[in-house]
Amino acid sequence: MIQINDLEFHYPTGNFSLAIEALRIEKNEKTAVIGPSGTGKTTLLNLIAGIASLDRGVIAIGGIDVGRLNDRERRRFRITTIGFVFQDFELLDYLNVLDNIVHPYRISDALNLDASVRARAADLADAMGIGDKLKRRATDLSQGEKQRTAICRALLPQPRLILADEATGNLDPENKTKILDLLFAAVEEHDTTLLAVTHDHELLERFDRIIDFKDFGNFRF
Amino acid sequence: MLDSFYIAWKYISYNRIKTAVLVACVTLISFLPFALQLLLNGSERQLMSRAVSTPLVIGAKGSALDLVMNTLYFGDERPEVISMQAANRIWDSELALPIPTYTRFKARGYPIVGTTLDYFDFRGLNVESGRNLAVIGECVVGARAAEDLKLKPGNSLVSSPESLFDLAGVYPLKMKVVGILEKAHTSDDLAIFVDLKTAWVIQGLGHGHQDVTQLKDPTLVLKRSGTNVAATAKLYHYTEISEKNIDSFHFHGNTDIYPISAVIAVPADEKSGTILQGRYLGKNETQQILRPAEVIDGLLQNIFRIKNVLDAVVSVVALATVMAIVLVFALSLRLRQREIKTIFKIGCSRLTIAKLLAAEILIIVAASGVLCGIMLTVVNRFTNDLVRMLFIA
Repeated sequence: MIQINDLEFHYPTGNFSLAIEALRIEKNEKTAVIGPSGTGKTTLLNLIAGIASLDRGVIAIGGIDVGRLNDRERRRFRITTIGFVFQDFELLDYLNVLDNIVHPYRISDALNLDASVRARAADLADAMGIGDKLKRRATDLSQGEKQRTAICRALLPQPRLILADEATGNLDPENKTKILDLLFAAVEEHDTTLLAVTHDHELLERFDRIIDFKDFGNFRF
Repeated sequence: MLDSFYIAWKYISYNRIKTAVLVACVTLISFLPFALQLLLNGSERQLMSRAVSTPLVIGAKGSALDLVMNTLYFGDERPEVISMQAANRIWDSELALPIPTYTRFKARGYPIVGTTLDYFDFRGLNVESGRNLAVIGECVVGARAAEDLKLKPGNSLVSSPESLFDLAGVYPLKMKVVGILEKAHTSDDLAIFVDLKTAWVIQGLGHGHQDVTQLKDPTLVLKRSGTNVAATAKLYHYTEISEKNIDSFHFHGNTDIYPISAVIAVPADEKSGTILQGRYLGKNETQQILRPAEVIDGLLQNIFRIKNVLDAVVSVVALATVMAIVLVFALSLRLRQREIKTIFKIGCSRLTIAKLLAAEILIIVAASGVLCGIMLTVVNRFTNDLVRMLFIA
């Protein structure tokens, strides 16, 4: 699913750099990325998503070299292929749950919002246990409900890859387990690959694979 | 673009107070210059059309503007009175038709205009219901005044006392409404027309009372000498002129020296008008003759001068408002950096962000436009009243 070769990245400011000689993540694999803060975990997600550009090397997702895509193609690729789940949920306060879930369809012409998409959004919300809260504003939800909404938003475009950046970081222990259960179930049901940055070591055993960034600098996995 | 409008609508309806303030700012700043222009156009149209159709006005020396405003629009500023001799002088000159007007009194807030029947012909005023003035004590009411006061022929209308504290003043006169005028869309719509003599009766210069020669009650008689009888203050004065008591109404002294506010002179031709004007140029002349169009033109020149100043002020305020609005949007963008970053990450383009912002601005501008339109419609609907309130009353 993800193939990285000879990756090199430097921030224009500061002395942080990331170099990965080779990394391969298989389709449907659930991978956890761990390591101390500032070692480049989020940067790796941004590079895979094409948000940040490589200085050197290749990142291929499903056989497509992300670095060779122009800006427009990269955005279309990202919104149709990758689902993002963030630590702070990043929902829009002024939209209700349903509008938040279908939001990617409203901000990109690569996705077409129609009745079937709305129906799928409602089904997804049902599956996540928030089906009765579709008309509620994001501000009226609990933390757990917010993250469920964010997961629905990430899954709705049926992405081949889910990138989760500390998705359980702001949840209490009970919700952490629940959300991870839901995320894993959804990943399996939707035939998706999961790459999750996490600091929750107690959840690691549930992942198929763990990548540890503790050794800052060059990585070969 | 529809989706951008949807999201923008959700955002601005969520931030109601901010949106309301922005809409109010844009509405007011766009409304002000348009409303001002509307009012000025209305005032120019209303003031000038009547001024142009009134060839000459003669009145006491003093403020030309007060004299014209009072004679043409029955404004509250009263010029010094002149006597009926002023009208007779014009009549005797055979240069113009004199139409005296006396606009000192009011009835329920509307001006009572004492004049002659020539006024109705001169202004082209037609009676819509009822009939025109025939005897003293009757009144014909302008269309708008009749509507506001809910008057129709057969009703009565009482003149208002000039001052509540004037204990020695004359009694109000109960006038009989005999006709309602057709709408003229001028100040005539707001006036109550009476015969000049009725106006003098309201002033107390003419009155009707019991026949003193027939008095039996000794407390009513102060002194009796031959056919002359001096009555006491107890004598009953009629406060309404009716068929029964109309013959008892009389005027003491020579009515030629009775007061009027002004005389509208309608010259036979341009030359007669010019000659008539020349007759009021004498050093010892106590009256002035005016061409209302010239006086109103002077007034409008001043109004337009003020308008230019106001335009400049509004422009500066508009600039400041636009800058404040830009600042609000810039700050709003900064506050929404996180949201923007998130939707960028999801796959949104800069163009979409611009579309979202444009949609928000468009909705605010459209809402302001609608509000401004409604307010301008209201101003347009009441332009005549506003002009009257601002420039005449």
